[in-house]
Amino acid sequence: MPVKLILRGKEYEVKPGMTLRHSLLKIDVQPEAVLATRKGQMITEDEILKDGETIRLIAVISGGNQ
Amino acid sequence: MKCRKCDQKAVINMRQHKLALCQAHFLEWVPAQVQRFIEKYNMFTHDDRLLVAVSGGKDSLSLWEILWRLGYQADGLYIGLGIDGGIAYSQESKRLTEAFAAERGLYLHVVSVPEEYHETIPEMADRTRRGRGKPCSVCGMTKRHIMNRVGREGGYAALLTGHNLDDEAAALFGNTLNWLGGYLYRQGPVLEANRPGLVRKVKPLCRLYEREMAAYAMLRGIEYIYDECPYAKGSKSIYYKELLNQLEADRPGAKLQFYLSFLQAKENGIFAPQADPDAENLHPCPTCGQPTSAPGECAFCRMILQTA
Repeated sequence: MPVKLILRGKEYEVKPGMTLRHSLLKIDVQPEAVLATRKGQMITEDEILKDGETIRLIAVISGGNQ
Repeated sequence: MKCRKCDQKAVINMRQHKLALCQAHFLEWVPAQVQRFIEKYNMFTHDDRLLVAVSGGKDSLSLWEILWRLGYQADGLYIGLGIDGGIAYSQESKRLTEAFAAERGLYLHVVSVPEEYHETIPEMADRTRRGRGKPCSVCGMTKRHIMNRVGREGGYAALLTGHNLDDEAAALFGNTLNWLGGYLYRQGPVLEANRPGLVRKVKPLCRLYEREMAAYAMLRGIEYIYDECPYAKGSKSIYYKELLNQLEADRPGAKLQFYLSFLQAKENGIFAPQADPDAENLHPCPTCGQPTSAPGECAFCRMILQTA
């Protein structure tokens, strides 16, 4: 079962067994630009993503005029 | 990954500091860092009355929460911009800011641009030469004008904004790409009120990464507006942040080093005062009294008075 990553309503699928950091790079998301949660708990980028789980990503970049 | 300070599981790894922390230690670490920078850059003391510009976003609400936690006397200022963008952006950010203030018994000034100037920011941008296609420019100028006015009228010792390190590094990157001497000369953790009519401006979060501030807001349970301002999409500042994050991914600490080296270079005198020629020509605007380098009225008053 693939791992599901959700960012701003968009879903991505990656293979289980990779680290979060590797998975983010696979889907072209900058690890610095997001926080990741598993079952509501924040996780670090070395976490191995498990079969069939869902990881919610929270975008951290905001912008506009200073 | 384990927390550096205890055996608990880490919730965040700050590669630039080689520091992983659990939730409890991270929530202690952030306010301690902010206090450290308040002192390092001589920002203000516990005797000062402070005004925090709050937008309803993660940075400004977290800043206000940290100041409250550290025992500073900080009032808030929310500026209603009249931006809807299909997501009731201004309405929602105001609701969240008011709820935040009410929960902690904090005083919040609310200034509504549509009520005070009879136009929303997008309407102002459509009507004026400055704003056509650039609502962010109109918005930034309007906010600076109102923040300075409320700060001055309220007799506050300083106006605080929630600019984080990513904001500062992106601004520095843009200013350097274009060698904007005046902006580079003025950029820093503290902008002194060195002219009558100007309020002192400080940025207590200038050394904290944007990711850390988002983590702080989330772990502290601060409810903030997650949606981006509809007009910020495709902005240069976001583009610069993305570029800097690419660099950061390969070289942890690159953003911090960029900003700190700049501050050091400034302290060493790399920028001369003449890099900021506008500072010499400041005079009070005849309409609002705020300092301006433009001949006659300031850019804000000219924009308000300008007809279609």
